[in-house]
Amino acid sequence: MEQIHGCPTGDSRGQLTVFPSLEQYLSLVKKLVDDGYTMCSDVTAVDYLTYRGRALPEGIAAKRFEVVVNLLALEHRKRIRVRLQVDDGDVVPSLFDLYPGSEAMEREVYDMFGITFSGHPDLTRILMPEDWDGYPLRKDYAMGRIPVQFKETGAR
Amino acid sequence: MGLVNDILDEGFSGLQHNFITGKLEDLVRWSRSRSSWPASFGLACCAIEMMATGAAHYDISRFGMEVFRASPRQADIMIVAGRVSQKMAPVLRQVYDQMMEPKWVISMGVCASSGGMFNNYAIVQGVDQVVPVDVYAPGCPPTPETLIHAIETLHGLIETGELLKRRNASGAGANVHVEAAPVPAQPVPVILGTR
Amino acid sequence: MTLVQQTNEGGQELLPRSEQTAKQLLREVGSVLRMSEAEAAALELQEIDPDTDQTMIINMGPQHPSTHGVLRLMLELQGETVLRCKPIIGYLHTGMEKTGEELSYMQGGTNVTRMDYLSPLNNELVFSLAVEKLLGIENDIPERAVWMRMLLSELNRMASHLLFLATNGMDIGAVSMMIYGWREREEVLRFFQKVTGLRMNHNFIRPGGLAADLPAGWRDDVLEILDNVAPRLDEYDVLMTGQPIWRERLQGVGVITAQEAIALSATGPTLRSTGIPWDLRRDQPYLRYNEVDFDVIVGSYGDAFDRYAIRLNEIRESMRIVRQILDRMPAGDYRIQDKKVTPPPRARIDESMEALIHHFKIFTEGFKVPEGEVYVAIESPRGEIGCYIVSDGTSNPYRMHMRAPSFVNIQCLPHMMRGGLVADAVAVISSVDPVLGEVDR
Repeated sequence: MEQIHGCPTGDSRGQLTVFPSLEQYLSLVKKLVDDGYTMCSDVTAVDYLTYRGRALPEGIAAKRFEVVVNLLALEHRKRIRVRLQVDDGDVVPSLFDLYPGSEAMEREVYDMFGITFSGHPDLTRILMPEDWDGYPLRKDYAMGRIPVQFKETGAR
Repeated sequence: MGLVNDILDEGFSGLQHNFITGKLEDLVRWSRSRSSWPASFGLACCAIEMMATGAAHYDISRFGMEVFRASPRQADIMIVAGRVSQKMAPVLRQVYDQMMEPKWVISMGVCASSGGMFNNYAIVQGVDQVVPVDVYAPGCPPTPETLIHAIETLHGLIETGELLKRRNASGAGANVHVEAAPVPAQPVPVILGTR
Repeated sequence: MTLVQQTNEGGQELLPRSEQTAKQLLREVGSVLRMSEAEAAALELQEIDPDTDQTMIINMGPQHPSTHGVLRLMLELQGETVLRCKPIIGYLHTGMEKTGEELSYMQGGTNVTRMDYLSPLNNELVFSLAVEKLLGIENDIPERAVWMRMLLSELNRMASHLLFLATNGMDIGAVSMMIYGWREREEVLRFFQKVTGLRMNHNFIRPGGLAADLPAGWRDDVLEILDNVAPRLDEYDVLMTGQPIWRERLQGVGVITAQEAIALSATGPTLRSTGIPWDLRRDQPYLRYNEVDFDVIVGSYGDAFDRYAIRLNEIRESMRIVRQILDRMPAGDYRIQDKKVTPPPRARIDESMEALIHHFKIFTEGFKVPEGEVYVAIESPRGEIGCYIVSDGTSNPYRMHMRAPSFVNIQCLPHMMRGGLVADAVAVISSVDPVLGEVDR
């Protein structure tokens, strides 16, 4: 099995993915920055509460959340995806000092999933109102549908 | 003096009309409908179609409405164009409250009329939960022709005075003054069902 | 003192400078620079003398004629100079990513297309490309479908940039540009209505191909668009680019350096205005962009004028690409003939029971997509739009996330506005061209 900087890799439809542990995460990303991945395309998260059987390389334990970071190397025109397994309550180190552009993206992850990032300058809700309760994109948060009411039609 | 007090209290509709004041009221209603200025409240995709309606091809200037007033105090019609999120609802109400009487609301698009395709936690299911609506324009987004039809319907209602009569009769609509709800000591949590 | 009127725009404070430590302030300014630990520790102890700073915090929006949708800005001003700026978003949050988990892959296009509502076909395109990659059919899409997608995508780019010219003009004060821009847009929208049935939010590019074939006479329509728009674009060039007032209002306003832009993950014209020639159509080609000839427009100063000029010239490049597509559009199918993914032609439903069943299953339950996750990115008029889909083997996406270019580009606003005048704030926002639908999703 291949490794990049000590973390196992995977291949997802031809796209390179790396699976660090929580301790390896920040140093892995720092090394990737030095490798040329100078732009952080996207930071997002997935709640795997109802999908337990996903494919992971050996040695990586599946946890409830995954923080997914997509990085881009402009000179080499390559992309890489970092998938970090996170439990509810874990604190993830923020990428803000490496990629200031991840600030808004990490805030969105916090707002939607409740995953906290340490070292983030302003970890507050960004999309929902400030006093909103709950984390909408979690799988145990309902859609919030209201039943659509149809009036009885009397005889015409 | 009694005449003047009547007008001050109840507007022209409170008068016992004679020929001259009746015609005057018609004139006032006619001019209100021909020159109603919209407050710009474009939110999402419908705002683009609203701007297209204001542009040269569909041109609502012929209905006297090309000046989208930035200040709600100077506007007559609020066209709520787009989906209203939970965060935006208080802002919508604030802008509506700042408009001067007489004022009307067109709810443009399905998201504004009923929540549209987004029946979820984030979108207010119809702006009539927040402001009283006079005309609903369906479509996602409504083409400029639909919006013009909605505007013309509203103008027709303004010209006959129908809406203001109804509001005065029922005491509902824009004349309702909403009391601020008492703030509970503990915030009441919104508990949505779990899966 | 009790206030007569109290408004509440939803929290999110910007504390004045006097209430922030030096380290926090410098982190805002110098966040792209790497401070050493010792420097950072030393700054923690410094204090700002509050008396020398008489600043004012004002709130712009969310309902404001000059912002592109419901963007709220808190600005800290010293006189007319903007010291700091904090954009506050979320006023258009629609829960589209949550909605995406409840809709099937066939219905996903209707949801996704409403994010960036100025270039809806690009949203649908990136979603379809991601789904096709998960299905494993990305190389089996018929040629005609691919070229049709390119045609629609480029026409959409033209329409979006024309709208940028219109709104940018109006925000700067050239109000006639608003009317002209919309006039050109109507030409393109009329073509879209003929092809897709709708002026906006088309739901036309679907996984597997497109919803329908191009109608007869489409070549003439496209040629008419090109012939009408090209000379008018030269007029707008003369109207705006050469004008001293226009130049003075935009040159040197909202400057961002290349290093800052990369650090802030800016893409699209914002990044290209700093001199970095990064365009996904050329650097990570999708569809058949590697077979058509076009230039990537790059600026040199990173100011608002460069961003305007880049978009103006990108319209010309798009027209060039459309002409090449006109010549090279192949004949063939407009969608892949894979029974499990695309519905059968309507005529066959009357003849074959299997076709009827497939049609029913695809439209009610939806087709199942094998497990996996994929991130696909394309170049939308605003920058890199990406779609990250996680599939669990069922007919709905398990997680659908769109990397919206405007969401990331808005982070550049504080850096662009710092040190500028408050009157230029509107010009700066307009030059970044955010679309709040995709910012808030």
